[in-house]
Amino acid sequence: MNFIAAIINGLSSGGTYAIIALGYTMVYGIAKMLNFAHGDIIMMGGYAMYIALSLAGHPILALVAGIVFCVLLGVAIERYAYKPLRGAAPLAVLITAIGMSYLLQSLAQIIFGSAPKMLVKLQVPGFFMIGSLRVDYSTLITLIVTVVVMTALTVFIKKSKPGRAMVAVSEDRDAALLMGINTNAIIAITFAIGSALAAVAGYLMLMKAPSLSNTLGAMPGIKAFTAAVIGGIGSIPGAMVGGILLGVVESFSYSIPALAPFTEAVEFSILIVVLLVKPSGILGKMRREKV
Amino acid sequence: MSEALLRVEDLSVYYGMIRALKGISFEVNKGEIVSLIGANGAGKTTTLHTITGLLHPKEGKVFYKGEEITRIPAHKIVSMGLVHVPEGRRIFQGLSVYDNLLLGAYSRKDKDEIKENMEKVLAQFPRLAERRTQLAGTLSGGEQQMLAMGRALLSNPELIVLDEPSMGLSPLLVGEVFEIIKSFREAGKTVLLVEQNAKKAMSISDRAYVLENGEIAMSGDSRELAEDERVRKAYLGA
Repeated sequence: MNFIAAIINGLSSGGTYAIIALGYTMVYGIAKMLNFAHGDIIMMGGYAMYIALSLAGHPILALVAGIVFCVLLGVAIERYAYKPLRGAAPLAVLITAIGMSYLLQSLAQIIFGSAPKMLVKLQVPGFFMIGSLRVDYSTLITLIVTVVVMTALTVFIKKSKPGRAMVAVSEDRDAALLMGINTNAIIAITFAIGSALAAVAGYLMLMKAPSLSNTLGAMPGIKAFTAAVIGGIGSIPGAMVGGILLGVVESFSYSIPALAPFTEAVEFSILIVVLLVKPSGILGKMRREKV
Repeated sequence: MSEALLRVEDLSVYYGMIRALKGISFEVNKGEIVSLIGANGAGKTTTLHTITGLLHPKEGKVFYKGEEITRIPAHKIVSMGLVHVPEGRRIFQGLSVYDNLLLGAYSRKDKDEIKENMEKVLAQFPRLAERRTQLAGTLSGGEQQMLAMGRALLSNPELIVLDEPSMGLSPLLVGEVFEIIKSFREAGKTVLLVEQNAKKAMSISDRAYVLENGEIAMSGDSRELAEDERVRKAYLGA
C-alpha cells in the first residue's frame, strides 16, 4: 500500500513539475533561450493570488488573478528584457535571465517583506480512502489539473493554427518567417502560455503548502528545469515525462527512510544518468539535415 | 514599358565588414523565368534573402509590383504574393506533410480557396498526397523538394523565388524539378531561379543574370548567354 501511495503522491508532485517544465521547454524550443526567471514568475503569481485573496477572498478569483498577472508579467519580461537581445550571444541572454530572476525575487522581498505569507484560503482540506489508502483531495485536484493541462496543450499544439506555427518556429525560425509567420508574436504567445502554466503550478503548490515567500519558485524552478532536460529540452511530451518521472522518484525516495534525507541528491542524479546515457534527454531529438 | 514585377535597384548588402552584394540591379517581368547563376559565394542566396526580407540591405531598394518592399518584414511579404523556397528545402520535419502544406497558406484567410488550392497541389504532387499524414522528415530528398514547392504554391504566389531547388538530387529528380518549374510558368506564375546547375537553369529560363563576387557580370537572353564563350567556360563546363 505504501508503494501505491508513493506512486500517487509522485504523480501529483510530478504533475506540478511537469506543468512548470512545460514553460521552460516551450520557451527553449521556440525562443531558443533558458528563461531562468520562470520559477520566479510562479512566485510573483503567488503574490498576485495573495493580493486577490485579501481583496476578494475567493480561491478561483485568486487563480484567475494569478494567471492574468503572470501572463502580463511573462509577456512584459520577454518584450523588454529578452527581445532586445534577440540575435545576441546566448551567454548574454542567459545572464539576463538570471538577472531577471534575482530582480523579481528582490522586488518581491522589497514589496512584501521576507516573512512568509500564509495563503490558507487556497488549502483544500480533507481526504478520502480507497481501502486503506488515504488520498488527499488536493492530490486528486493536482492530478486532474495536470491531465487537463497536458491534454489541452497537446491538442492546442497539434490542431490549432498558432500551435502549428509554434512547432514551425521551434524547428526553423527563418523558414517560419518565409511562411508568413510573425515569429515575434509566436514567441510572445509562448511566453504567455508558459507564464499562465506557471500560475497554475503556483496555485497547486500553494494549495498543498500555503506558505509564500520570495523564494517560492526557486527550488521547484530548478527541479522543473531538470525535469525538462531529463525529458529532452524543447520537447513538450519530454517535459511531461521528465516531470512525472522526477516526481515519482522524489516520492519513492522520501518513502524510503534511508534515502529520504538525500532525496534531492537522488533527483539530480537522475539527470546525470540520463545525460550520460542519452545526452539529448529521454524524448529529445538530435535532428540531422536530410539532403 | 510597363513596370517590372520585381525590380532590384543598386542593392548592397554587408555581412559585418564584408560587402556581399556590391550594388546590383536587375528585374523580373511578369510571366518570365529568370535565372541567377554564379559560383559559390557569388551572392545568389544573399540576393534572394534580401528580396524576401530575411536580410536588409545597407543601400539600394527592392520594388515588387511597383511598391517598395525593402524594409517590409519577411513575414509580411508572403501575403503580397512573393514566396521564397529556401535552399535546403527547410521543410518542417516534425510536422506531417499535410501540416507543412497548411503552413504554406498560413497568411491566407480565404478558407474555401485554400481548400481548392490544397486539392490542386495534392493532385499535382501525388506522392505528397499519398504521404500526407507522414512526418515530413521521413520523406526522401526529392519528395522534400516537392513538398517545399507545394508548400510555396499554397501561399497562392505570383512570384516564386527558388534557391537551388535541384541541389543534392539524382539526375532523374533534377529533371522532374525543372519540369515543375516550367509548370509554374504555364500556371501564369513568375519565377526567379537561383541554380548551381547553370546549364539546366539556362535551358528553361527566358533571361539570366550572371553574378560574380557580388556584382552582375553579364546578363541577357538565356539562349544567347549559354552560347557566350566566358559563360560556357566558367559555368557550363564546356
